[in-house]
Amino acid sequence: MTTVSANGWRRHLPLINAFIRYGVLIGVGFLMLYPLFWMIGGAFKNNHEIFASPGFIPSHPTMDGFTKGWKTSTEYTFATYLLNTMKIVIPKVILTVISSVIVAYGFARFAIPGRKLLFALLMATVLLPKSVLLIPQYLMFREFGWLDTYLPLYIPQAFAVEGFFVFLIIQFMRSLPVDMEEAAVMDGCNSFQVLTLIVCPVILPAIISVALFQFMWSMNDFLQPLIYLSSVEKYPVALALKMSIDVTEATSWNEILAMSVIALAPSLILFFVAQKYFVEGVTSGAVKG
Amino acid sequence: MSGASIYASRRAGSLYIAPFAIGFLLFTAFPFVASFILSLTDARLQDQLGDAHFIGWHNYAGMWADATFRKSLGVTFFYVFVTVPLKLAFALLIAVVLNFKLRGIGLFRTAFYLPSILGGSVAIAVVWRFVFASDGLVNQFLHGAGFGGINWLGEPSTAMFSIILLRLWQFGSAMVVFLAGLKAIPEDLYEAADLDGASRLRQFWMITLPLLTPVLFFNFIMQIVQAFQEFNGPYIITGGGPMKSTYLLPLMIYEEAFKYFNLGYSSALSWVLFVIIALFTALAFWSQRFWVFYAQERDNKGGH
Repeated sequence: MTTVSANGWRRHLPLINAFIRYGVLIGVGFLMLYPLFWMIGGAFKNNHEIFASPGFIPSHPTMDGFTKGWKTSTEYTFATYLLNTMKIVIPKVILTVISSVIVAYGFARFAIPGRKLLFALLMATVLLPKSVLLIPQYLMFREFGWLDTYLPLYIPQAFAVEGFFVFLIIQFMRSLPVDMEEAAVMDGCNSFQVLTLIVCPVILPAIISVALFQFMWSMNDFLQPLIYLSSVEKYPVALALKMSIDVTEATSWNEILAMSVIALAPSLILFFVAQKYFVEGVTSGAVKG
Repeated sequence: MSGASIYASRRAGSLYIAPFAIGFLLFTAFPFVASFILSLTDARLQDQLGDAHFIGWHNYAGMWADATFRKSLGVTFFYVFVTVPLKLAFALLIAVVLNFKLRGIGLFRTAFYLPSILGGSVAIAVVWRFVFASDGLVNQFLHGAGFGGINWLGEPSTAMFSIILLRLWQFGSAMVVFLAGLKAIPEDLYEAADLDGASRLRQFWMITLPLLTPVLFFNFIMQIVQAFQEFNGPYIITGGGPMKSTYLLPLMIYEEAFKYFNLGYSSALSWVLFVIIALFTALAFWSQRFWVFYAQERDNKGGH
């Protein structure tokens, strides 16, 4: 039956196929990104207009939301909160990268007693819910006198506590031949020199993936600062935003939307610049070779 | 003489993994055991730990009598059982649509991936709250279309719907993983199926899905583990309400400890959450042999 019509509409099948695919993708994509467009548009609207129409293009663009939102309802400007965020995120990313690379190198290359068990424990940390560790960690850091400091937020990262990152780098290292490293050993390098001079440059894509993911996750992190930080002057952006909706939600949406845009800007920019590394990072654990 | 002389050194190897071993003991193993011990006590946040009493299984035994816990547990299961399958199905569907040589496909992939990168942030949760507020974006559209507004965050079922939607919105990372899996399926399998006259739908069921099961398995585990731990969305958007309808277990664990100072009870709750996640993970790993198809079984040369 289909052979008759084969000369007819089936000839256009690829075209119809492409048409349907584009239709689905554009429809779903627009619907999904609309809240983001609305957020950015709303940041440039006055409050009245935000409530007046659901469109996202401001009819009378204004910077009011940014100038007023930047001042915040506290005695500090938003700059303080951005700076605080960086004081947490930057050490966290650096410590994560260094510790993950060192530990991954050990796992990927060396004969270690009890390697299988240790590796299983590493993977278990990925699946272990964080909330089961929350209270003892809190009590421990209270004993250390670290409450209301940034130390609990990044010091653990110096010990490769995120199994996911270590695993990601191990996978990458295992896909590399050891010839170069052996040659370096012949030339008299010790293992640490091999790691820093030979291995690190080659695994740079994996390092960038780890750094980017940790950056994003740390920017988004809310629960940890919520528990450990009590003085407003030390709040990162995540806590400042939460505080702002508690205080000014009923009145000034444009201010809050403007600050949300600023809060997301670093992640947005990094994502568009380095999208490739995110894709590689998220897929390397799941798909072989 | 290969075999990398330096890599045979057990001492050097142990030195490299020492940070992990120390960190694991200090920040994972010790807190893990300590929280179980705490769960058997009546420890309170404001008191010295030495003042706490050992009360055996009391915290666990009391849970069933706690209406808030029963509510929270039910809400958590509902949230996970709705979001995980829907998110995976949606991620797979869009990945299949995207897995096609079309102009601008990379742009779409970026667009769909973006929400899963930003979605966990407070900023997005705040936007979500505005989108579903009574005078928010969705209701403005409804009014524009001549419908009455819905009190999204004020009614139990629609409040749950709002936070479920936030999770589904972040299907991008699962989609990217599926997409990589789809690209790894050899083209010649489809060509052979085409010659045999198999329909597209049949090809999907007989080729795509079986070869995608390892990736599906990975996504399933990750999504289950993450969904059970959701905190930011409900905490910021609904605060767990109305009437505890979005009071997921991680919210209850947090509030019991840091709002009501019941460290013992909170620890017991966190152990219940841990056991639930562990059971689901174990079940998934055990069931692998019945539904996950690894290439090595088909062809011993491939894989490693």
